[in-house]
Amino acid sequence: MQLKRHQPIRGALAAATCALVSAAPGMAWAVEAGGDWNVDSALLVYSEIDRVTVVEPLVNMKKQIGEDEYLSGKLVLDAMTGASPNGATATNRPQTFTSPSGNLYTAPAGETPLRDFRDQRVAVSGEWDKPLDRMLRGLFGASLSGETDYTSVGASAQLNWDVNDRLTTLSAGLAYYADTVNPESGAPVGLATVATATTGGNALSKDTADLLLGVTQVVNRRTLTQLNYSHSAASGYLTDPYKIVSIVDGTTGETVDYRYEKRPDSRARDAVFWKLVYRLPEDVIHLSYRYLWDDWGVASHTADIKYRYELDGGAYVQPHLRYYAQTAADFYRHSLINGAALPEHASADYRLGDLTTITAGLKYGWSPTKRANWSARVEYMLQSGESHPSDAIGVQKDQNLFPDVAAWILQVSYSAQF
Amino acid sequence: MCMRLRIALLLPLASLIAGCAFERVAPWDRDLLAESKMQLIPDPLESYLDEHIYFSKEASSGGQGVGGGGCGCN
Repeated sequence: MQLKRHQPIRGALAAATCALVSAAPGMAWAVEAGGDWNVDSALLVYSEIDRVTVVEPLVNMKKQIGEDEYLSGKLVLDAMTGASPNGATATNRPQTFTSPSGNLYTAPAGETPLRDFRDQRVAVSGEWDKPLDRMLRGLFGASLSGETDYTSVGASAQLNWDVNDRLTTLSAGLAYYADTVNPESGAPVGLATVATATTGGNALSKDTADLLLGVTQVVNRRTLTQLNYSHSAASGYLTDPYKIVSIVDGTTGETVDYRYEKRPDSRARDAVFWKLVYRLPEDVIHLSYRYLWDDWGVASHTADIKYRYELDGGAYVQPHLRYYAQTAADFYRHSLINGAALPEHASADYRLGDLTTITAGLKYGWSPTKRANWSARVEYMLQSGESHPSDAIGVQKDQNLFPDVAAWILQVSYSAQF
Repeated sequence: MCMRLRIALLLPLASLIAGCAFERVAPWDRDLLAESKMQLIPDPLESYLDEHIYFSKEASSGGQGVGGGGCGCN
């Protein structure tokens, strides 16, 4: 029923050696095709129902510059439009706000307030994949990303060391990002009342250092597994300058005021990531699990499975399921009570609350020629949380304090070797 | 298809339970492992885009690698 693509023996052996020398993703592609250039391109449309839409074209070009040595560069463009929750909760009356650019906008009674926004992002990055020794590879990367109010400059280095007859690869990686936040009308003082808050402190900094230690192991002829531990430490301005928190009356639950959110100025995060790649006679399963925890009180489980089902003629379909569940950050509050002592930190950003994400999708891939691949995928993502939390007060009990977020993910990809 | 799926789900679990019984796969037997669809990240752009989406929508990110670039979406 299925056709297996035959490669020249020399190419297959080279690919075999090459793939096991490094855990570098996609590295075998150029070798399989025997070309110098490898171009990957994609167009993503991410569209939330009634909220944000992101259109993101990107292209990655990779060139073989020596024996087992590659240089690659990536260009990503993002166009974001639509509406994003401002943090205030729905209440029994219409709510009017001022956007960072000074425009008034109103949320009807019973609806979660959304702020319209529009932004573009341009990101470029490069990577140098170089053999340092017979058993050692280095991956060195640099990245630059800019949007209206945010700039990120990053560098990374990873060493992959093959041991055990190249059946085991030990990896160690470091990355550092120096980001700058430039809020549209200055950064507000955290937890200040929105109506009277002073803003200032433009060009706030945020620095992040990541460390990764991993081991990749050939289990048998059909199975590959990877186990990683990673640690990330971020410090600086980690608050969202546009997010606010509703202040509600302690008896009636009605919204009486708003304050800007405030997050801690540091965050330490740890994660354990496990992956298994298993090949059936022709089909392939990718299975992964991540447990992540941080000092904000967030702990999360992520499970992901992809089943690549081979069709005739080199085509395939790939169903995908992803499950994600997180606990809330310690300072997450859907609202604060008027007159009560202010906490040190507070955010009503739903992404810091108890949250579950389920994604289901299907991908179809085909190869019109030996050196070109097309694929298209459609996925549906649904996020849900505590829509009626037990600590809701008065009129809050009639409101949905955590409406579901639903989104469609559409992607078309094309890759070719020259 | 159903049987195929069942085998597909059970075999990796079985190989896990087998634990540390790693086979010494000879270099000339590594052809299957070398295929692009058997790479840890078979589609780097898709992986990059998914990282970007979930970084923007959840309080967790990373775990599989370092590098890639930041954004102000979270």
